[in-house]
Amino acid sequence: MHITALPVAVPLMAAALIVAVRRWLPRLMTDGLATGVGVGVVTLCALLLAHTAHGHPFAYWMGGWRPTHAVAIGISLSIDPIGAGLATFSALLVTASLVYSWRYFEAADGMFQALMLVFMGAMAGFSLTGDLFNLAVFFELMGATAYALTAHHNEEQGPIQGAINFAISNSIAAYAIFIGIALLYARTGALNMAQIGAALDHHAADPLVLVAMSLIFIGFLTKAAAVPVHFWLADAHAVAPAPVCVLFSGVMVELGIYAVARIYWTIFAGPLAPHADELRVILICMGTATALWGGVMCFAQRHVKRLLAFSTISHVGMFVCGFGLLSAKGVAAVAVYVIGHGFTKAGLFMLTGVLLHRFHSVDEFDLHGRGRATPFTGVLFAVGGLLLSAMPVVTLFFGKSLLDSAALDAGFPWLPSVFVISSMLTGGAVLRVAGRVFRGWGPAESAEARQAHQAREEEDEEDAPSDRTPLAMLVVPALLLIGAIVVGVIPGAVPGIEVAAGHFVDHASVIAWVLHGTVELPHEATSHVEGFDYLYGAGATVGALSLAALGLFGRPLRARLPKRLLGAVSAALWTLRRLHSGHIGDYIAWWTAGAALLGGATLVFVR
Amino acid sequence: MSFLPYAVAGWLFVVGLYGVVSSSNLIRTIISLTVVQSGTYVLLLSVGYVHGGKAAIFADIPAVSRAVDPVVQVLVLTDIVIEATVTGLLLALAVQAHKRFGSLDPHELRALQD
Amino acid sequence: MSRPVRLSLFGLAGAGLAAVLVIAFRGLPDFGGYQGVYGQALDGFGVTLRHATDLITALNFDFRAFDTLGEEYILFASVLGIALILREMRGERAEPHQGDAEEHQFADASHALRALALGLTPGLIALAVYIVVHAQLTPGGGFQGGIILGAGPLPVFLAGRYLRMKRIAPHVLVEVADALGAAGYALLGISGLVLTGVFLKDALPLGIPGHLLSGGQMDVVSVLIGLEVSGAFLVAWSEFLDQAMVVKGGAE
Repeated sequence: MHITALPVAVPLMAAALIVAVRRWLPRLMTDGLATGVGVGVVTLCALLLAHTAHGHPFAYWMGGWRPTHAVAIGISLSIDPIGAGLATFSALLVTASLVYSWRYFEAADGMFQALMLVFMGAMAGFSLTGDLFNLAVFFELMGATAYALTAHHNEEQGPIQGAINFAISNSIAAYAIFIGIALLYARTGALNMAQIGAALDHHAADPLVLVAMSLIFIGFLTKAAAVPVHFWLADAHAVAPAPVCVLFSGVMVELGIYAVARIYWTIFAGPLAPHADELRVILICMGTATALWGGVMCFAQRHVKRLLAFSTISHVGMFVCGFGLLSAKGVAAVAVYVIGHGFTKAGLFMLTGVLLHRFHSVDEFDLHGRGRATPFTGVLFAVGGLLLSAMPVVTLFFGKSLLDSAALDAGFPWLPSVFVISSMLTGGAVLRVAGRVFRGWGPAESAEARQAHQAREEEDEEDAPSDRTPLAMLVVPALLLIGAIVVGVIPGAVPGIEVAAGHFVDHASVIAWVLHGTVELPHEATSHVEGFDYLYGAGATVGALSLAALGLFGRPLRARLPKRLLGAVSAALWTLRRLHSGHIGDYIAWWTAGAALLGGATLVFVR
Repeated sequence: MSFLPYAVAGWLFVVGLYGVVSSSNLIRTIISLTVVQSGTYVLLLSVGYVHGGKAAIFADIPAVSRAVDPVVQVLVLTDIVIEATVTGLLLALAVQAHKRFGSLDPHELRALQD
Repeated sequence: MSRPVRLSLFGLAGAGLAAVLVIAFRGLPDFGGYQGVYGQALDGFGVTLRHATDLITALNFDFRAFDTLGEEYILFASVLGIALILREMRGERAEPHQGDAEEHQFADASHALRALALGLTPGLIALAVYIVVHAQLTPGGGFQGGIILGAGPLPVFLAGRYLRMKRIAPHVLVEVADALGAAGYALLGISGLVLTGVFLKDALPLGIPGHLLSGGQMDVVSVLIGLEVSGAFLVAWSEFLDQAMVVKGGAE
C-alpha cells in the first residue's frame, strides 16, 4: 500500500517546516497547520488499519529492498491491525492534545507544535516498524521529544528536575536495549524482527538469548513504568504540561508494553515456548507488584497529576499481567484495555489542566470546594473516575473481562481479585478528588496543616487565573470520555481485536508474512462476556465509590482502628513514599536492581 | 584474551551506572551516562570484528576482499549521534537547573519529593 | 534514601547485573569470528548494487535510510528541545549589543590566536564540504562532515570575536538551515514514493563507482544531512554560548 510510510514521514516533515517558518507565522496558522497535519495522519493510519483489518497484514520494505533468500537487507514496516490500530490511536490523541492546546497555552511559538508533530511521527514509526534497531531509534526519538516537552515550563524547578530524571532513566533503558540488540545480532546476524525470530527458532533458549530478552524487556518496561523501574513517571507527569501528560499516560507508556509483546511473539516465542510457564510467573509477579504499588500510591496522593500518574502505573501493572499471561486472549485484553484507559486518562489529564488554568493549583486540599464554580468539569471528572473502575459496559470493562477470562484460562484464579483491587484504588482516588474539589465534601485542611505541607503551586502561562474555561478545553475531554465509553460497544470492535490478537501471537504466521509474503490466517475464536464479569465490574465500581467515601468522610472511622495497625500502615506508606525521592541516583540504583533481578530470575527459573 | 573486548564493554556499562548512582554533580552524572553508552559501542563493534578484515571501504581494495561487518558500524554511528544530542539536551537541562536551583547536586534538587 | 543505603543497593544490584552480562557474553561468538549473514551479504554485493565504494554510507543512506531519517530527527528534536529549555525566561534579559565594549572584553586574545582562527575557519569549512560530498566514496559523510562544518565558525569565537561569530552564523539562518535539511530528507523520501512508488527508493542514476556523481541519491542525502547537522549543532552551541556570554539576571 503506497501510503504506508506517510504516517511517519508527513508529521516529521511538517514539524521541520513549521520550525523553518515559525518566526513569520501567526499563532493561528501554526495551530491550524499542526492540527491539519494531525487530522491527516489520523486518516492515513485509519486507512492502513482498515486495509490490514479487512485484508491481511503485510510488510512494506523501505527503499524497495525486499529480502533476498529470506535475508532482509532493508528495513520493513510490518503492518498488522494491532500496530496500525496503535498508530491511529496515538495520532488521534496527539491531535486531540493539539486542539486542547489552542487555548491551554497563551503563547506557543511553534516549537511546541513542532515537537508534538515529531512525537506523533515517532509513535507512528514505533508502532509500525518491523526492524528491531529501527524500533530502538524511534524509541529514542519519542524519548528526546518527550524530555523536551516535559521541560516546557522552563521557569520552574519541578519541570527541569522531572525532565532530567525522565531523560536519564529512559536513556539507560535504551542502552540496555542496545546491548540486547547486539547480543541478538551476534547470534543471528539479523536486525529484522521476523528474521531474528526465524533464526532463533532452530536453537534452544540458552543464556545469551535469555539475557538478551530480559535486557530488552527491562528497557521497554522502563518506558512502560513497571515496578521497580517506574520512578521517573510520577516526576515527569507532575511537571509536564497537561496536554503532554495526556500523551504520556494515554499512549507513550502503553507503547512500551506493545514493544515487549511484539518482540516476545515475533522473536522469542520459538525458543521460549517450552518455558512459557516459568516466564509467566516472573511477568505476573512484576505486574502484580506494579498494579498494587501504583494503586496504593495513587490513593495516597493529594497532587492530582501525581495521583493520575500513579493510577497509570497501576494500570500498567494490569497490562504487564495481561501480557504476562502469554496468550492471545491476554494480548486482546490489553489492547482493548489500552484504548479504554488511554481515552479516559487523556480526558482526566485535560480536566486537570482546566483546574490548573482556572485555579492555579492541582493540590486536592488546596482546591477543596473551589471546583463548584465549574460543575461541568466536575461531572466529567466523576465520569472519568467511574470509567477507571471499569464500570460495566464501558470499553475498560470489556478489556477487564477479557483479562479475567485470560487469567482463568492460564490458571491464575487469584489474578482478577488483584485487578479489582487496583481498579477500586485508582477509580476511588479520582472519585474522591471529584467529591472534594467539585462538591466540597470531606473536611477541609486546617490552616497549620496547610502551612506545614509544601503544596506545589504550578504557574500557568499567564499571570492571573482566568474566570472562564475556553470551550475547546472542555469539549475535547468530553469527546475523549465518550470515546472511552463507546468504543467497546461498537459492533465488531472487540471481536475484531481478538482476531487480530490471535494472529499477533502466531509466531510462525508472522514470520511467513514478513519474510515471504505468504499469508495464512487461521480462524480465531472470540469470547463473550460472562455473568460473573458483570459481578466483578459492578463490584469494582461499588468498591471504588466506597473507597472514595471512606477517603472523604472516613476520619472518625480511622480514630476507631487499633493504634498498632494504623502505625504499621503509616510507616509502610511513609517508606514507600520516601523511596520516590526525586533523586536520580536512587532511581538508577533501583533500575539496576530491576535489571539484575529480571535477568537473574530469567536465567535461574526459565530452563 | 578473546573475551577481553566483551569484558570491557560490560565493565563500562556497570561502572557508568555506578557513576550515575553515586555522583553528586549533575555534569558528572551526564558524563557517566556517556560512559554507559560507550559500553554498548564497544560491544557492538567487537561483535562485528572479523580477523584479518579490512574496513568496509572498497575504494582501494577489490570488492571481494574480506571486510569487517559494516552493519554494526552503522548502528554505532547512529548511536553516537543519538547520544550526542541527548547529552546536549541534558546539559541544557543542567544549565537551567543551575539557574533555578542554584546547585548542580542532585541531592539539592528537591522540587519533586513525595 | 541516604547515600550509604543507595550505594549498598547499587553494590548488590551492580554485581548481579555484571554477573548476568558476563554469563550472556560467554555465549557470544569468539572475537574476530563473526559470521553474520546480513553483514556478509552486504560486504559481498553492496558495491555492485549501489555503485558506492563506502559501504557504511551505502547502508546509512540507502539500505537503512529509514533509520537515518529517525536519527536525523532525534538531532532535530533535541536541538529544538535545547532551544526550548534555554529560551528566555521572565526576569532574564539578553544584554544588548554594546558595540566595542563587548569586543574589548576579549582584547586579551593574542594576535597569534586570531591569525590561527582566520586560517582555520575557511580550512575547516572546505574540509567539511569535501567530506560531505564524498560520502559514498570515502569514509565520512553527512554526519561527520556536518559536525565539522558546524565547528567551522567556532575558532572565531575562540579568538575572542563572539559577535563576529554570530554574524557568520546568524541564529535565524542556522535554524532555518537545520529545519530545511530535516524537511528535505523527508521530502526526498516522499519524492521517491512519488517517482518510484516506494518510500525512500532511489530514483537517481547510479553512475560509475569511484566517481563523484555516483551512488544515486546518497550524495543528495549526504548534503541534506550535512546541512541539517551543521545547522543543528550551531543552534545548540549558540544557545549555550548565549547563556554564558549574553544572558544576565534571572530570578533564583
